[in-house]
Amino acid sequence: MFSYYLKLGWLSIRRNPLLSALMIAAIAVGIGASMTIITVNYVMSGNPIPQKSDQLFYVQLDNWDPNWDPNDSDDGNLEPRDQLTYLDAMALMKAGKAYRQVASNRTGLVLEPQGEDEMPFSVDTRNTWSDFFPMFDLPFIYGSGWDDSADQNLERVVVLSKEINERVFGGENPVGRSVRLNGMDFRVVGVIDEYQPVPKFYDVTNDAFGEAEDIFIPFNVAVEYQFPRNGNTNCWKKPDGDGFEAFLNSECIWIQFWAELRNDTEKQDYMDFLNAYVAQQKEIGRFPRPINNRLSDVMEWMEKQEVVEDDAQVMLGLSLLFLMVCLLNTIGLLLAKFMGKSTDISLRRALGASRSSLFVQHMIETGLIGLGGGILGLGLTWVGLRGIEMLFEDIVKNLVSLDWVMVVTAIGLAIASALLAGLYPTWRACRIAPATQLKIQ
Amino acid sequence: MEFGPIWRALLRNKTGAALIALQIAVTMAIMVNAVSIMQERSRMMARPSGIDEHNIFAISSIGFAADFNERATIEADLAAMRAMPGVVNAIQTNSMPLLGGGWSMGLQTEPGEGIEGSSVAVYFVDEHGLDTFGLNLLAGENFSATDIQWREMGDTQWPDKTIITRAMAATLFPDDPDDALGKTVYINDDEPITITGIIEQMQAPWNGWDGVERVMLTPSHTLFGGTRYIIRTEPGKRDELMPQVEKLLAESNKDRIVRSMRTMDETRERSYRGDSSMITILTFTIVLLIAITSLGIVGLASFSVNRRTRQIGTRRALGASKLAILRYFMTENFLISLVGVGIGAALTVGLNIIMIETFSLTRIAWYLVPVAMLMLLAVGQAAVYGPARKASSVPPAVATRTV
Repeated sequence: MFSYYLKLGWLSIRRNPLLSALMIAAIAVGIGASMTIITVNYVMSGNPIPQKSDQLFYVQLDNWDPNWDPNDSDDGNLEPRDQLTYLDAMALMKAGKAYRQVASNRTGLVLEPQGEDEMPFSVDTRNTWSDFFPMFDLPFIYGSGWDDSADQNLERVVVLSKEINERVFGGENPVGRSVRLNGMDFRVVGVIDEYQPVPKFYDVTNDAFGEAEDIFIPFNVAVEYQFPRNGNTNCWKKPDGDGFEAFLNSECIWIQFWAELRNDTEKQDYMDFLNAYVAQQKEIGRFPRPINNRLSDVMEWMEKQEVVEDDAQVMLGLSLLFLMVCLLNTIGLLLAKFMGKSTDISLRRALGASRSSLFVQHMIETGLIGLGGGILGLGLTWVGLRGIEMLFEDIVKNLVSLDWVMVVTAIGLAIASALLAGLYPTWRACRIAPATQLKIQ
Repeated sequence: MEFGPIWRALLRNKTGAALIALQIAVTMAIMVNAVSIMQERSRMMARPSGIDEHNIFAISSIGFAADFNERATIEADLAAMRAMPGVVNAIQTNSMPLLGGGWSMGLQTEPGEGIEGSSVAVYFVDEHGLDTFGLNLLAGENFSATDIQWREMGDTQWPDKTIITRAMAATLFPDDPDDALGKTVYINDDEPITITGIIEQMQAPWNGWDGVERVMLTPSHTLFGGTRYIIRTEPGKRDELMPQVEKLLAESNKDRIVRSMRTMDETRERSYRGDSSMITILTFTIVLLIAITSLGIVGLASFSVNRRTRQIGTRRALGASKLAILRYFMTENFLISLVGVGIGAALTVGLNIIMIETFSLTRIAWYLVPVAMLMLLAVGQAAVYGPARKASSVPPAVATRTV
């Protein structure tokens, strides 16, 4: 029966090619527009590290100005600032109370290749700790991250991205060789494979959708040689005195701190530890505000930092309304079409077709139109995403990929909306009485 | 006009008409709100940065060698660039309008801790700053060469002079902004600075900041390892000078690299790319929406004409003119559209309220609603004209035939 209805549906679609084309086009355009925007929102709000996002916690301590009055206190809770001071980050690293912990920040260095003719170039650099690599599951092609002793002994070691390894060592195994960074030799200990978390969750303070860094070096080494900071720095109080040492001991925040806590007990213990730490700091005159420490897991942190931009959400709302217009359009056209088949329907009813079988038949026809609209809409989505990519260029490079989840969603959404649109017209069509229409003949 | 009979006829076939009306209503809600967003963005993008944008470009220089002498490099670079024919002036600074990253501080009118200062964007410049950016000094005087200090990364002291924008003066002294010249303000709680000049206008590096016109110029060079040069050229010379400047810097000193050479026009384009893209997407959305809605009207009207062929023929046979038939369908669409734009006006305002609350967008301009209503009525009439023409050409003889 199903294939018979399919055939009937196909014939009916062929009978009014213009009307059918209009319906398919309306659904396709609606799906194309909304799926383009849904995809962008989906990628923006994606979980960049699903396997352990609920075990990684961003640490906030409230060391800020006692007079500070943040506007964003929607929930009645004042949200502390988004980064830590050097003093606090080092104290937390030294205590080592979490299963793993990482203090990191961003810098830019200049890499001088060995060859005579090759020009030096700048590399985005993350200053970090040995735990960074296992904690965030970075994939290695060669070697591995450095170990704890490298952190402690200020060893000049470096982990390269795949791209930099291609550029400097032609993609060969560089482990043990050295690269020159800002006039100093660093020993390569590992090369990571393609790695681009979207959003770049471990540092949303400096560009949530930016490229992952080119190289990674020990945080302590960067501090030792006073490499320039490239990320956001905020101060509420002037450092006591000039120079780098004074800056390190100041209340300026510039470090992101993550802790890996495997379960609620560990999380609770860590929170207790943080509270005790701040209480003890209060005794020596720091932390003038009430104790207000936060641990946010990856997705909570993305939410707090409003990683999904307002524009994307406005567009999402408008595009769903757009889809609604397209569906209203389809309902009208389907109604017109089914009403136009009144004679046909009453004849079939008179010959014994039950209402339910007519209902099924017309829903199948509607589903076919939805499928057509969905496939065409998927094409339009692809075009739309390319369009967005062209408009924004490098800014959204990582936002416009269409994965299989989105393909299935697009077709599913198209068929579901078509069926929804078809319900009322079909119901109306099934109510046509067998006799009345035949009388006119 | 025969509104009465047409309206009653419509009521007998409510669903189709209601669907069209609803479609017009939602279309209108999306359209007006989208246009309102576009207007807001255009207004934002139209704000002047206050500098001579078309003749300015910037280039970064980053030292890396262990024995890199930054101060000597900056002095040599500036001297060489300023000597180039076609270059009006050049400076070394930390940022520029629309760049997106920069330095901000707080200024207060009374010394002391615990006073909420007014945030201000800081540009470090020397005595060539005003000329290079092309700023208009309203009162006071420019920095002199002896005012200029050399600032290292960890330095916390501030030079005792500053030139601020008029907007910053108005923020600091709301009662008497014209009298700000010569006044003392405080940075870092209690370090005094004298306002020695006031410039008409200049934007901060962050285009989305609500204090975007609050700027202070500080007489310092910076020794931060990496720096940015701003070069202003004679009109029309910019594009030809850019590669020359890049070559000059790259070859004169091998202890640094130069990068990110960009015209101010390009910086503006990048700064507002999100907004201009939003405008493009919304324009596209509106065009598509109107197309879809018109096609829907055409489709349904054609269908209704087809269904009523016999009825039309009968009316024609009974003496109705072609014009009367045409008018019937046009009027019918007008009534449907009228209901549509009526509901649409309410939906538009409702959607706008939601947008204001959720995304703090601005209120729609009042005139957008009537303009959109008239426009959609016109679109409806245009869309229905084809099918109505077809209806009016149904010959009276059809009435005598059986289908």
